[in-house]
Amino acid sequence: MDILDLTATELAEKIKRKECSAVEAAAACIEQIGREDKKLHAFLNVDADAVLRRAKEVDRGIETGIYTGPLAGVPIAVKDNICTKGMATTCASKILENFVPFYNAEAVDRIEAAGMVLLGKTNMDEFAMGSTTETSAFGDTKNPWDPAHVPGGSSGGSCAAVASGEAFLALGSDTGGSIRQPSSYCGVTGIKPTYGTVSRYGLIAYASSLDQIGPIAKNTKDCAALLSVLAGQDSKDSTSVKRTDTDFLSAAGDDMSEMKIGIPVEYLSDGIDDDVKESVLKAAEWFKILGASVEYFDLGLTEYTIPAYYVIASAEASSNLERFDGVKYGYRSSSCEGLHDMYKKSRSEGFGPEVKRRIMLGSFVLSSGYYDAYYLKALRVRAKLKEAFDRAFSRFDIILGPAAPTAAPRLGTSLNDPLKMYLSDIYTVSANLAGLPGLTVPCKINKDGLPIGVQLTGNCFAESKLFQAAYGLEKLRGPWQLPFMRKECME
Amino acid sequence: MAEKITDKTMDEIEILAKLVLTKAEKEKAKAEMQQMLDYVDMLDRLDTENTEPLTHIFPISNVFREDVEMDSTSADELLENAPQKKDGMFLVPKSIG
Repeated sequence: MDILDLTATELAEKIKRKECSAVEAAAACIEQIGREDKKLHAFLNVDADAVLRRAKEVDRGIETGIYTGPLAGVPIAVKDNICTKGMATTCASKILENFVPFYNAEAVDRIEAAGMVLLGKTNMDEFAMGSTTETSAFGDTKNPWDPAHVPGGSSGGSCAAVASGEAFLALGSDTGGSIRQPSSYCGVTGIKPTYGTVSRYGLIAYASSLDQIGPIAKNTKDCAALLSVLAGQDSKDSTSVKRTDTDFLSAAGDDMSEMKIGIPVEYLSDGIDDDVKESVLKAAEWFKILGASVEYFDLGLTEYTIPAYYVIASAEASSNLERFDGVKYGYRSSSCEGLHDMYKKSRSEGFGPEVKRRIMLGSFVLSSGYYDAYYLKALRVRAKLKEAFDRAFSRFDIILGPAAPTAAPRLGTSLNDPLKMYLSDIYTVSANLAGLPGLTVPCKINKDGLPIGVQLTGNCFAESKLFQAAYGLEKLRGPWQLPFMRKECME
Repeated sequence: MAEKITDKTMDEIEILAKLVLTKAEKEKAKAEMQQMLDYVDMLDRLDTENTEPLTHIFPISNVFREDVEMDSTSADELLENAPQKKDGMFLVPKSIG
């Protein structure tokens, strides 16, 4: 069996038993990146020598008992909006092209303390604004299942890296679905944790009240193992939450007999592709076989989620992105007359069109005279949405639904109509607005050979239930072959 | 009906957003923003009269820590990424004429 076919937890076991080493695993990923990434462009930055040096250090650390956890020695990719000390962190934007942080994000410190090997930084939509990874200033990423299609976004590079065997695990971030939607498009497992579970320190902010870092993996067990490493309160992020239930690996099992699953009727009505609908129905059937009860219900307010989300996210983005002004870091325009001209030109030349669009919308909805009508109104709608979910979770343990209305669209078909692209986030943004955890698990492959995942949403702090349910689905679905595994089987 | 985005509104947005747009960019931005606001208008159909705005999902107010001395970032590190610097400070173009 090829080393790349192993899951992250299997690999770590083998390394622990000395059947292979962290250096061999890192070298296998570097080799796979060399083979695949010219075509896929999942990575923006890989320093092969530094990776192998770090892998050697990790092998020594495992030998001497410094690294003993269930992911020690595993190579991992990190989305390029998460700060890495001494390694460029660009947010896939020209404005941060040369930015090299002098500190690690808390999430990066945690993966290093767990003995993982950081492979490099992955491509994304510029400042995580987009659903296809096509708004990256450094070129798009291709879907490993079919390079004519997008990997989804904004964590498209991270999901493509895992789906192509270039990485065993990846970190993504999710503000409106940016882990869950590309996980569905790329046939990998990803979770957006409950807001506050993973520290946002060192995550370059898009919309602070919605942003969460989360794991992307080949299966549920790997995802649970990585979330156990990432989760924990951090004094550097005052919104991080103190939790004691962060051992997600031991919480796993697949007994579903007590579980109540709810499917919002409106999720299966308008604008959803038949094969996505079939996936959700298939998952529902599997849950019933596992002994869970499955019921349809009216969640309500679904049509209000996208407009409320774009008002709130854009407002927060316009405020967060004020810091990019050409003074302290990042791009500075070379042709400016005076200070204010320098701010404006640096920003106008440094930001791409989608980022400018959201900054302008956000500036408008926060401006005097419009603040109440747009921004406060959206926050009131957000409160109503939270109430709707509270009602739903008084009846159900898990909400089952799609992660996106379609499988991965073709490259070049999404950006010409922004509103239409925004609407494809309809099933994911509500979890961010209500702070809920949401997990995507691959379910089936459609007639075009593209994967489709289903989304499980839980109440705040109910990640363990999501993992339990995802284990159940994986068991009935059977083994899941990623594209690079299929190729090797055929050869 | 959503607020009508006029040329004057676009000028104001440009100032608030600290951006300079070409005439063509401004026309396009105006049309896109109008389309988005017409869509956002849908929120008015939902009665939120007695609902408080939700800014944060958990009821966190002030988060304090002990008032103890901690390491802080050195000026040299902070200046590492500066586009221009001089004598340990950020250098910017002249701000008054």
